[in-house]
Amino acid sequence: MTDEPAIRIRGLRKTYGEHVAVDGLDLDVPRGECFALLGPNGAGKTTTVEILEGYRPRNGGEVTVLGLDPARATRDWRVRVGIVLQSTGEFEALTVREVVRHFATYYPAPRDPAEVIDAVGLAGKANARAGTLSGGQRRRLDVALGIIGRPELLFLDEPTTGFDPEARKEFWELIRQMSADGTTILLTTHYLYEAEALADRVGVIDAGRLVEVGTPATLGGRDTAATVVSWDGPAGRESISTETPTAAVAKLSAQFGGEVPGLAVARPTLEDVYLTMIGTSKGATE
Amino acid sequence: MTTSTVPARAGRGPVHVARIGWERGKLEVKEFFRQRESVVFTVAFPVILLFIFGSILNYNIDGGIKFSQYFVPGIIAAGLFGVCFQTVAIQIAIERDKGILKRLQGTPMPPASYFLGKIVMIFSLVVLEIAVLLAIASALGKVTLPSDWHKWVTLVWVTVIGTIAGSLLGIAFSSVPRSGKAAPATITPIALVLQFLSGVYFVFTGLPTWLQHVGAFFPLKWIAQGYRSVFLPDSFAAQEPAHTWEHGRIALILALWAVAGLVLTLRTFRWRSSRDA
Repeated sequence: MTDEPAIRIRGLRKTYGEHVAVDGLDLDVPRGECFALLGPNGAGKTTTVEILEGYRPRNGGEVTVLGLDPARATRDWRVRVGIVLQSTGEFEALTVREVVRHFATYYPAPRDPAEVIDAVGLAGKANARAGTLSGGQRRRLDVALGIIGRPELLFLDEPTTGFDPEARKEFWELIRQMSADGTTILLTTHYLYEAEALADRVGVIDAGRLVEVGTPATLGGRDTAATVVSWDGPAGRESISTETPTAAVAKLSAQFGGEVPGLAVARPTLEDVYLTMIGTSKGATE
Repeated sequence: MTTSTVPARAGRGPVHVARIGWERGKLEVKEFFRQRESVVFTVAFPVILLFIFGSILNYNIDGGIKFSQYFVPGIIAAGLFGVCFQTVAIQIAIERDKGILKRLQGTPMPPASYFLGKIVMIFSLVVLEIAVLLAIASALGKVTLPSDWHKWVTLVWVTVIGTIAGSLLGIAFSSVPRSGKAAPATITPIALVLQFLSGVYFVFTGLPTWLQHVGAFFPLKWIAQGYRSVFLPDSFAAQEPAHTWEHGRIALILALWAVAGLVLTLRTFRWRSSRDA
């Protein structure tokens, strides 16, 4: 039972009329992992997540979330699953404390509302009406409602869209804390650096298919890909692309008799890898 | 630490459903009264109508009764139906559009508690509405309050059955508008037309017979007739279409509408907007 992954997907398919939104997706997310689903708009991220959350029926494939098919979600199952949807800002006239306390009554063993409000960084806004909160603060309220029931599995659908950089950093800290406490997290994002900062593993989704799954460091063969070594040569900036950057730097060092002027060693960024993947798969499907 | 081997189960049983329904009701009342526009529109609108019609239509109707004595029960009925049907249908359509229902669907909240919460909110609004209208109308001498306790009992049961029927119809009807924005424009005209067909603004029997038949199909006519039996002397019953107050028929027809509303709600209620489905 505990060896079973939190999420198991085999051959998931979802169509809207002629349009194929999810096209044969396979994925396992083990318990305790923070997994990021990365992809451009319209790639099928939200559709996939909403199927896992029990909101949408699927056209094919097998899905098990916490041991249950989400298409047959029960209230007992809902107790164990926390959901942060894309939409936000619904409770204008109620205060943060009122909303969080109210949602706590739905769960058999909720977290302490005051503690949750504090954890999402809204302690100073507990008595403020939700309608007066900034976009980032509303999103934190959404997260508070997602975690109030002490979920084993938390879905976060583009949680930091519209955050300023500082708010995003604080939000990441909260998610890391949840993850360290053993909560399984499935996150969708189109920010690469967010996936890199939070996720144990990243899955790149494009045109309804998982193009690749890996750790942020190894995604797309990033760790073994050709490295670009560049320096200031006598005739200006020079660079080589090499599989053996250490040897190249040693050779340069011998050549210059010590320090290499303007030396830079660059592996492809996650963004380079990602753009290559999306580009390739686009070319392949067209 | 936080993970236990046996996951906690969702609360269940009628006590849990009622408790969460009560919590939702309290929250909804709070939310409603903090939105000034909705309070003004819902509660004050019938009061304004009472003033306008009460001052313009200053004549006696058959039986030597002041028109206002006939009009006040009608306006109370229209106020009740406005809160139940109009307010609820518009409010739920907007909640669906904003994703509130979708969010609730993702929690272990028992669905029945959502409907109970609405009914708690509606009842408190209806009671407030009736109290305000009666207080103002009697202070202005537009209506004489009944002295017979039987009449007050009638007021209570007509209110209770009327509210339940109107609310369930409002909940069911909330799925008709295509969006929250379209909801007021879709629902308000229906409520207005029903008021004209149901003997609110003028004596019901003054309508052409075929229109009386149309009006008699809908619940508002019966709520208004029930309230007339509270505020008009029993001698006036002779001027009703059936020459009696028809209490049994009022209860039966409102109960049938309540059942129809419940069945429609169970069959058609959507937690997500049509854009999202």
